Amino acid sequence: PTAREGITRHAATNHGQRRAKAWRPVEGLNCQFSVRRSARDITNMSQQAANGLPCRGKVLNLDNMNPNVRRVEYAVRGAIVQRALQIDKELKEGVKKPFTEVIKANIGDAHAMGQKPITFLRQVLALCAYPDLLDDNKFPDDSKQRARRILEACGGHSIGAYSSSQGIECIRQDVARYIEKRDDGISSDPDNIYLATGASDAIVTMLKLLVCGKGRDRTGVMISIPQYPLYSAALADLAAVQINYYLDEDKCWSLDIAELKRAVTAARQHCNPRVICIINPGNPTGQVQSRQCIEDVIRFAKEEHLFLMADEVYQDNVYAEGCKFHSFKRVLFEMGPEYSTTVEMASFHSTSKCYMGECGFRGGYMEVINMDPEVKAQLTKLVSVRLCPPVPGQALLDLVVNPPQPDEPSYDKFMKERTAVLAALAEKAGLTEQIFNTVPGITCNPVQGAMYTFPRITLPQKAIDKAKAEGQVPDMFYCMKLLEEEGICLVPGSGFGQREGTFHFRMTILPPTEKLKFVLQKISDFHIRFTQEFS
Amino acid sequence: MSATRMQWLSPRNLRLLNPGRNESLRRGGSGCRSLTLPLSPGRALSGPSATRRGLPKEKMTENRAPPRAKVLTIDTMNPTVRKVEYAVRGPIVQRALELERELSEGMKKPFVEVIKANIGDAHAMGQQPITFFRQVLALCSYPELLNDSTFPEDAKSRARRILQSCGGNSMGSYSASQGIDAVRQDVARYIERRDGGVPCDPDNVYLTTGASDGIVTMLKLLVCGEGATRTGVMISIPQYPLYSAALAELAAVQVNYYLNEEKCWSMDLGELQRSLEEARRHCNPRALCVINPGNPTGQVQSRQCIEDVIRFAAKERLFLMADEVYQDNVYADGCQFHSFKKVLFDMGPEYSDAVELASFHSTSKCYMGECGFRGGYMEIINMDEEVKAQLTKLVSVRLCPPVPGQALMDLVVNPPQPGEPSHDKFIKERTATLSALAEKAELTEQVLNTVPGISCNPVQGAMYSFPRITIPEKAVKEATDKGQQPDMFYCMKLLEETGICLVPGSGFGQREGTHHFRMTILPPKDKLTILLNKVKEFHQRFTQQYS
Repeated sequence: PTAREGITRHAATNHGQRRAKAWRPVEGLNCQFSVRRSARDITNMSQQAANGLPCRGKVLNLDNMNPNVRRVEYAVRGAIVQRALQIDKELKEGVKKPFTEVIKANIGDAHAMGQKPITFLRQVLALCAYPDLLDDNKFPDDSKQRARRILEACGGHSIGAYSSSQGIECIRQDVARYIEKRDDGISSDPDNIYLATGASDAIVTMLKLLVCGKGRDRTGVMISIPQYPLYSAALADLAAVQINYYLDEDKCWSLDIAELKRAVTAARQHCNPRVICIINPGNPTGQVQSRQCIEDVIRFAKEEHLFLMADEVYQDNVYAEGCKFHSFKRVLFEMGPEYSTTVEMASFHSTSKCYMGECGFRGGYMEVINMDPEVKAQLTKLVSVRLCPPVPGQALLDLVVNPPQPDEPSYDKFMKERTAVLAALAEKAGLTEQIFNTVPGITCNPVQGAMYTFPRITLPQKAIDKAKAEGQVPDMFYCMKLLEEEGICLVPGSGFGQREGTFHFRMTILPPTEKLKFVLQKISDFHIRFTQEFS
Repeated sequence: MSATRMQWLSPRNLRLLNPGRNESLRRGGSGCRSLTLPLSPGRALSGPSATRRGLPKEKMTENRAPPRAKVLTIDTMNPTVRKVEYAVRGPIVQRALELERELSEGMKKPFVEVIKANIGDAHAMGQQPITFFRQVLALCSYPELLNDSTFPEDAKSRARRILQSCGGNSMGSYSASQGIDAVRQDVARYIERRDGGVPCDPDNVYLTTGASDGIVTMLKLLVCGEGATRTGVMISIPQYPLYSAALAELAAVQVNYYLNEEKCWSMDLGELQRSLEEARRHCNPRALCVINPGNPTGQVQSRQCIEDVIRFAAKERLFLMADEVYQDNVYADGCQFHSFKKVLFDMGPEYSDAVELASFHSTSKCYMGECGFRGGYMEIINMDEEVKAQLTKLVSVRLCPPVPGQALMDLVVNPPQPGEPSHDKFIKERTATLSALAEKAELTEQVLNTVPGISCNPVQGAMYSFPRITIPEKAVKEATDKGQQPDMFYCMKLLEETGICLVPGSGFGQREGTHHFRMTILPPKDKLTILLNKVKEFHQRFTQQYS
């Protein structure tokens, strides 16, 4: 290795180790922490004793903080992203690197990757923020009309007023109508809609409601592996039992009922499985579930008496030919009253993904179906403690579920912008799969939907050994090296979960086409170099 | 919890620490399985793993759709969630919404509108947004307006600065989980200015989804232990019910200390000591929450009192949580807002190097009243570095606070400066709001104190009055017979007869045998006058009726 490589590698591993230590779960590290702490306490003590204060450590320290919080991990913003931010800063300070910018392909953050907001959505938001603009003739009439309608539904006609905790009523009505249209007329009751601070908020709230019991009666929640780490993080925080079911990588990350059965049966030995979570289209795996598969899952949930949570935030992000988004709710109702009147379900949607990519506004909703009315009252009470979801996000959600109609002035522009975004994503999905599959040692399933690819990477044994020797997970070692050498920030597969002995990374397909090509090329080159270096 | 204790607990046991202490379910007995019990008679004979499996398979196929209970019922839901209560949006507000619907459907009532004086929601009560703030937010939402000559230059330059610190120059991208860097820097400078130069490190500032989010996150970090070592958190009584709700949900122990109503709801050290010592017998008190200016009680703490509290926290080793969201809302002569941080640093390094403190602020109160944007921040002081890393990790799971709220927070801490085109208008609007509030604070105290049976402390700050009401014995009895708190009975009757929505004192906590309500002073002056007179008439009527 050259001197430069030596230095960067050293920096990377040092950093990775420190982070891993600071964030790793409790197990096995107490001893280290205690030793370190007591050494520091001694210093503190002597200082404090001189000051006449009690000679004890902090009121709140790593050993006496909430142990559940310590076990929370969230790879999408974990060690590697921290390091990326640091490198960004170093670049700004003029530190020389083998690259000129850090490309963050770690998170589904469309606008940060250059996607432009939809004009109509932002016009209405500006009108809502500053209603004086309603007199401005630069704004199309339909945007003004939407803004007026939203403002009329706000206390004092201001988006600065709290809304009802469940969300503004007329927006919940619009959401219900949107769902009915999407699901070909299956009815949706606005009372079953809860607006939320992004889908994450609603998912955590729903999980929170479901958790109870102790020991072997503790609630177990089935989640896919690979999974979106919000789920594992929330379950750790709630001290619920995480039950893994593995997606079938060889069959395009599809869901296999036998695997669900295996997982639930095994889990029943040590906890009380009550919930199954599905992400469709898949994150990080990009698969789109078939109608048949959804039916099977619903049947399984009913047989096993599980509450069904359907994370459908990528419902507009379907690219592959022959694939189509089927909502769990629609399939449930098409299966007849035996299912549609019994299976309890919550479905989640968001303003952050699809064609709008408005992550910063934290808009989202959930629809609950067949929920016990007493529990629903408890849910309403629970969300009231946080007063209300951000009103600008609620307004944005209203526009997403009630976009310009064919006879309205903004329709053409809206459709043009929307189609352009979705077509570009489809193109990039194809491109990503294609290029990765030309690289020996990288295999990649088609990106049928969502905004990520989750390719499998072959790591040489020497690299695995080296990573382990440095106390790192092998794919973290790989991604950290990629970041240091190429300035590309991905998330290691271990952050999402993967079958033992396999390695992956998650990469968004969001960078503009030209940049994406560049990124794909860089990763391909890096992978070949990496493989050689450790062979 | 000590390090040794942590070691002998296996990871699996640790995972089970949280779920609530000695939870006994309200109905039907002994655990989550209670509901399935009557449905599966053979269950008692089968082993525990079989019972967890629910109904025997054969039964299901026989009946096709067996009459099984829901997966999620009131008996099998999270028991800590069940214990959560939040009076500010409780049954009385539900009823108020119902009445509003009935009115709009043309139903006849003894009033024409429902006046919601239950919540500090300034804009809903007719307060106008600050023009400058909304201009910048519109510019940030739709940057094409930056070419529009109708917007003042300072609004544009703020908007540009905010957009430049957003990914892709769009408010639609996620920010750093701790909040936008530039905004945190502005918050730090604001705090330094406010505190006469006491330094503030932007790394210690976390932007949040309203102050509530910061408070709940901080409490969550603090909770650990089981049984007698379970974390106890001291909160004032009366309190803002976010605290009791969060503690119930976290299964932490609520430790009450009473404010002294006779001394204008001031804090009393003897009472703090009493409460702490009693609590130590059954839990591990580790945090002390203070709301200043007070909600719902409207008192503003003296510098001396804050010093005493800090000394108490240092001596008793308590983490201090200072809820200072009403820091601009001080009306009474001779009262001044002192931040806990400033006082802490004035007390010298013995305290300022040692006492762990988190202070909370929000965009929802003060002169801006922008509740809907859910903007806020917390500053943490003397926090253990490792815990701080954990805090940063924890907030990352929710990705980021809403960016429009962050943008608004930036404007609040960095408003137009003298010499900038928007300065005069901004100051005029700000002053108008604050002086109207001051006037209404006085009016409220004055009118309520003319009513026999109502006594009201001065509203020194914040936006609420929390008067004590005398409820006749007969009314207490009728309420008790109905299974209602007497002040809930009172407020519900007030709502039905006058359309005025207040929150009963029992939702905030009060000394046994006393009764209160919380009322905001936010309605416009003429409306507030009508409201106060209606409350007055109602109280007289109520007293007569039950005498």
